[in-house]
Amino acid sequence: MAKVLMKGTEAIAEAAIQAGCRYFFGYPITPQNEIPEYMSAHLPEHGGIYIQGESEVASVNMILGAAATGYQVMTTSSSPGISLMSEGLSYIAGSELPAVVVNVMRGGPGLGGILPSQADYLQATKGGGNGDYHLMVFAPSTLQETVEVVQSAWDYAFKYRNPVMILADGFMGQMMEPVEITPHETERGDWKNWGLGNKGTREGKKRSLIKSMYLTAELLEAHNSKLQEKYDRMQKEDVKWEELHVEDAELVIASYGTTARIAKSAISHLREQGYKVGMIRPITLFPFPYEPFEKLTDRVKHILDLEMNMGQMIDDVKIATKSRFPVSFYGRCGGVAPSVEEIENQCKQILG
Amino acid sequence: MAETKVYSRPTTWAKDIHTHYCPGCGHGIAHRMICEVIDEMGIQEETVSMSPVGCAAMMYDYIDIDYVEAAHGRAPATATGIKRVLPDKFVFTYQGDGDLASIGMAEIVHAANRGEKFCTFFINNAIYGMTGGQMAPTTLIGQKATTCPQGRDPELAGFPMRMCEMLATLETPAYIERVSLAKPKYIMQAKKAFQKAFNYQKEGRGFCFIEVLSTCPTNWGMNPVEAFEWQIEKMIPYYPLGVFKDFE
Repeated sequence: MAKVLMKGTEAIAEAAIQAGCRYFFGYPITPQNEIPEYMSAHLPEHGGIYIQGESEVASVNMILGAAATGYQVMTTSSSPGISLMSEGLSYIAGSELPAVVVNVMRGGPGLGGILPSQADYLQATKGGGNGDYHLMVFAPSTLQETVEVVQSAWDYAFKYRNPVMILADGFMGQMMEPVEITPHETERGDWKNWGLGNKGTREGKKRSLIKSMYLTAELLEAHNSKLQEKYDRMQKEDVKWEELHVEDAELVIASYGTTARIAKSAISHLREQGYKVGMIRPITLFPFPYEPFEKLTDRVKHILDLEMNMGQMIDDVKIATKSRFPVSFYGRCGGVAPSVEEIENQCKQILG
Repeated sequence: MAETKVYSRPTTWAKDIHTHYCPGCGHGIAHRMICEVIDEMGIQEETVSMSPVGCAAMMYDYIDIDYVEAAHGRAPATATGIKRVLPDKFVFTYQGDGDLASIGMAEIVHAANRGEKFCTFFINNAIYGMTGGQMAPTTLIGQKATTCPQGRDPELAGFPMRMCEMLATLETPAYIERVSLAKPKYIMQAKKAFQKAFNYQKEGRGFCFIEVLSTCPTNWGMNPVEAFEWQIEKMIPYYPLGVFKDFE
């Protein structure tokens, strides 16, 4: 397929279909409504099914049931909707089921607004639902990268039997860019061994029991240890990031998603003016890329955490830098994106 | 003299397993009837279910079929996800009154309205069992529970929910019946309802809902015999038995 100009939300939906997703359960919420609209229009052509749940709560539990069959399922929502889905996400993670969730973030807290934001970093990476669990969280920065992340999401979801979240924002949902979407074959592993409905095919006709409840303390502790081993494995095998001009940087910007795109323009201008500014852009927010921060040399004078929120990633950045450098935050929120000029000024102030 | 086998455990019943249910509780009877119907139809490998929240949360230990756990009230949504992916399998939910008529009211109404082609067994014992005897949406007026110690007051808690009557107002469901386990005659009638629900699923008829009036001697503060008598005297007049909707 040649490159075509597509809106972010529609690119997400088409990428999912091309990766083999055939079951979509969701509930409309701005600013991501084109995804369920696209799915409702196109999934039937591919033999798939779109169901509009009565709520986000119902939709995520439809996802849970469908994921338990071992087929590829997806839901998408935006911030307040993801809050409602948090119960189900905790169950899906606890039950070790593969599912893909897209959060096209808008401002909060509460009903907040409908404009772009990155205000759900903490919810996405630190929980949201109850218990010791993590989603694998991707934060793409361009629509082409979003397409690739969406398509590989089921590979990771099945590899770890864990929900994968793509954390986009309203800008990425609504912008248009040329993208190339090619068919992607998802590796589903031993799905028939655990997928519901295959009892007759298993050795000894063994039944599948998928659950998160362990009433015996030692069994629940063992279950949590098993989950933790999985998260540790993600950290070792599948942490992803991009580095830009960090070799000689005196100021390193830590930023992801749309904000990182804006920061790239600022860095380009600053470099032209002789300022040595670089960037570390986490692509996975969980597992967090500690390694590139650990590798930074003493040439670095300062780290600037840049987000469209009130500073939600800064603690992770501080942990990654092990207090070797001063870390400060700059961000806008409520639907306001930091401008290239604002970022340049902020960097110049820091570098003096 | 030749021996004639008149009674045995269903094949679908997990081997060498005893339930955790209290004496006089209806769950054991309802579970067994589900297993019997699965055996009769030869669909053990084709049946998928989800455990609810409440006393029956561990029913997956007793019934040897593929199982997934559902969150409190969400079983009809989870079942929707399963049945839409696996339309040729038999799918059923099994939910108590708190699960279905309180926290899960939206999920059951909308699954019924979409005409999801699975069956729901709604176990109504008019009280919260697992959490220790609190008021349910189905607790009768004047009935005592730990959170209505003076008896359910409609000024505070409204009137008990009649789920069959409510769901029967919808156009879509294929079959809705209320049965009881309070005496052998009722149990025989309940078994027929269970068979019909599974047969309708085999025929792809649409959503089937069987409300099963059950007992909770422990939380009602009665012995099992008193509990069944109480159900006949108090529950059935408010929750009348019978068919509320039928495809035929």
